[in-house]
Amino acid sequence: MTFHDQTSAVRGANRREILTSVGAGGFTLAFSMASRAEAQDDVAKPLNAYVTVAPNGQVTILAKSPDVGQGVKTMLPMLIAEELDVAWEDVRIEMAPNDPKTYGRQFAGGSMATPMHWEDLRRVGAVARAMLIQAAATAWNCGPGDCTTVPGEVIHKPSGKKRTYGSLAMACANVTPPDPKTVALKDAKDYRIVGKPVVQYDTARIVTGQPLFGIDQRRPGMLYATYVKAPVFGAKVASADLEAAKAVKGVKAAFIVAGADDAFAPAGGHIGQGLMPGVAVVADNWWAAKKGRDKLNVKWAEHPTGAQSSKGYAEQAAALNAGKPLRNARNDGDVDAALKGAAKTVEAAYAYPFLSHANLEPQNCTAEFKDGKLEVWAPTQFPEPGRQLCAKTLGMKPEDITVNMVRGGGGFGRRLANDYMVEAAWIAREAKAPVKLVWTREDDMQHDHYRPAGFHFFKGGLDAQGNLTALQDHFVTFASGTGPTAPSAGMSAAEFPARFVPNLRYDVSTIPLGVPTGPLRAPGSNALAFAFQSFIDEMAHAAGADPLAFQIKLLGDKDVVGEAPAAYAAGRMRGVLKAVGEMSGWANRGKLPKGEGMGVACYYSHQGYFAEVAHVAVSAEGAVKAKKVWVAADVGRQIINPHGALNQVQGSVLDGISEALHQQITIANGAAEQSNFTDYPLMRISEACPVEVKFLKTEFNPTGLGEPALPPAIPALTNAIFAATGKRVRSLPITPDMLKA
Amino acid sequence: MAYTLNVNGKAVSADVDGDTPLLWALRDTLGFVGTKYGCGVAACGACTVHVDGQPMRSCQIPVESVGKAKISTIEGMAAHPVGKKVQAAWTELDVAQCGYCQAGQIMSATALLAKTPKPTDAQIDEAMNGNICRCATYVRIRAAIKRASGQKEV
Repeated sequence: MTFHDQTSAVRGANRREILTSVGAGGFTLAFSMASRAEAQDDVAKPLNAYVTVAPNGQVTILAKSPDVGQGVKTMLPMLIAEELDVAWEDVRIEMAPNDPKTYGRQFAGGSMATPMHWEDLRRVGAVARAMLIQAAATAWNCGPGDCTTVPGEVIHKPSGKKRTYGSLAMACANVTPPDPKTVALKDAKDYRIVGKPVVQYDTARIVTGQPLFGIDQRRPGMLYATYVKAPVFGAKVASADLEAAKAVKGVKAAFIVAGADDAFAPAGGHIGQGLMPGVAVVADNWWAAKKGRDKLNVKWAEHPTGAQSSKGYAEQAAALNAGKPLRNARNDGDVDAALKGAAKTVEAAYAYPFLSHANLEPQNCTAEFKDGKLEVWAPTQFPEPGRQLCAKTLGMKPEDITVNMVRGGGGFGRRLANDYMVEAAWIAREAKAPVKLVWTREDDMQHDHYRPAGFHFFKGGLDAQGNLTALQDHFVTFASGTGPTAPSAGMSAAEFPARFVPNLRYDVSTIPLGVPTGPLRAPGSNALAFAFQSFIDEMAHAAGADPLAFQIKLLGDKDVVGEAPAAYAAGRMRGVLKAVGEMSGWANRGKLPKGEGMGVACYYSHQGYFAEVAHVAVSAEGAVKAKKVWVAADVGRQIINPHGALNQVQGSVLDGISEALHQQITIANGAAEQSNFTDYPLMRISEACPVEVKFLKTEFNPTGLGEPALPPAIPALTNAIFAATGKRVRSLPITPDMLKA
Repeated sequence: MAYTLNVNGKAVSADVDGDTPLLWALRDTLGFVGTKYGCGVAACGACTVHVDGQPMRSCQIPVESVGKAKISTIEGMAAHPVGKKVQAAWTELDVAQCGYCQAGQIMSATALLAKTPKPTDAQIDEAMNGNICRCATYVRIRAAIKRASGQKEV
């Protein structure tokens, strides 16, 4: 697609604004407005919940799930457009309404868009195409078997007659859609859109700065809000100088919000918090609201979490490890006997910190009440739980609440929670005006649902031949709310290398936690990969083995180990390990200069098999420079949008390196100590290295790419540091002090 | 009070307190929402605009200090001889993931290329290091700058 083609995208986007400005009065209205705007008097009915063909030939496809940078607003409609058989340039994309009854679960998470929709959305397109063919066959008085399509047109094969899709659009109202299970799908060799690099639909607006994101929303008569919450998570407001805030020019309202009693862990299984206690300031621009906020002098009530700290957690972890574990999660063979009889044993303690999502677009939401109904515009990854949370908290019926999905400036799991949505809704109702709530960066970093910290106490044993015969992990993690572990703080009993080591024990202990936690890109895996893949690398070095060969040997000779849903395709992992070895020139790593090294790691998550090699240089002062990373990936037989796929993998790898080199949230006196990019640095361009990616084409159904490239990047880096320096990184983030010569 | 500002070649009026950062006057009062809020402390570059051609963090510029300076925002880049090339390169390579930082990236890249038409990697690092991309699209940002400047991309 060229830059010129993108002008059509801009026009489509303008129309979306028209729709927004009349209000999302439901699906039918949206369609009738759309066709009226494009086709004057003619009104084409949608062919199905996703596809409308207007009489002028314009094709509108709805994007089912929110886009936070993972590219699904483009990728999911590509699947429909492929089987519908239209030219991509003729496609306009609109966000679908939040309507799980029609669309099923609408969310951005778990790298699930591809595996969930690869089959069903192609069938959506194929059904619409079959309807257009049927309408043409009826007009030509022939059977549908006499017809085929080229992009945008039905062709009568015997005569070569043609009808455009647009000319058939009205007649489709009389066509009964076929059963989706019965429609034929294209052979992959005939794809015109899938597998081709497609520029994101929103790119035209992104590069020209047009309104697009949550923070860009605007309503008539809208006010701007800020909301201050306690540094200690969940503490209530004791007092606030509301009058001082109201005295600031432009401030319209200032009030205390008591918050929900179960704000910290709302009932109903929502990820993240409900309405937290705080103080709202509402003004006619955001800066005025912020100035009002700065006058509030809020006093916070005492809260038990005020006694918690990262230092305390580390002390508790060490104490817990010295005692009997709280519970056993897996116990294969006889670990104690195997360790006793081992030719060599290794013990190591690993730790990783809390992390913030640090979406570059701070949390925000726009909310408006009209005639007792609530409409919100939110950069959420999961709109329906937000709607339910608003309904419960505000005492409304869910059907009286409309949630519009708008583009999010980064997701990474943070926006699976909807705390900002319920805050905006509450503040708009109190303020009796449409309100845009925008968190400060400091609010965002200090009121995250953090990637949980964790501690692993490993023991491993090798036999005389250098085989890993015993492995033990005492995982000290956190518990909050009613679950056995805090959100995203658990570990599967099938965690690798379970099932590949004959004597293996996983024990778990927990520390009570008053800090909110939640999923961060590749949740669980982003931390576990570091600990386990580093320790396996330690065992390889203890065995005197080539770490890559050791990993391949550990995977055994079976193709698949275990049963679904915990099956592990060892053959696929061996495949990516071998590929990354070849790509990276692993065999020649001995020729690297002093202070440089290569490390390898592999990890299976989100249905994808990834092996990565990192090449690093470490200075005498302990500064780490990643020079290059190679990635071999197996996500099945088809990459849907190569443009987006490569971007996701490269970004995931650099994101992982950024976490390892820089990031940590520490807790002191029950509050996050970091508050902005000055003390929570992210990678910058000068640190970004080339990332070479190879997708292995295998026979499996395609799976997602938002997450699985991240986890192995971190241990590949730390294992490379060991190769370069002989120093083992056992806690994150990496500091120069750990690595000084 | 009302401040008259020159934004993208046009005189516009913003009735705000003088200490209001240019960022918020642009976004909330004047409707130029392409300029983004990311950190408020000049640490992320999302709010980068040109002030008389120089890339500046608009979150740190009080409106009262702007005076007659010419402000350019992302909305004005299509009419900027270098800016439009940068936008085209950004589109052709589809640099963005979430896209939130990219207005600031494009403003910094445009200012760089206006001054240094064929930047080296080191010059790119220096000019672009103030702009965070949380999605880490740095490989493509570098390639797009090379493309816009007519240099080999890798």
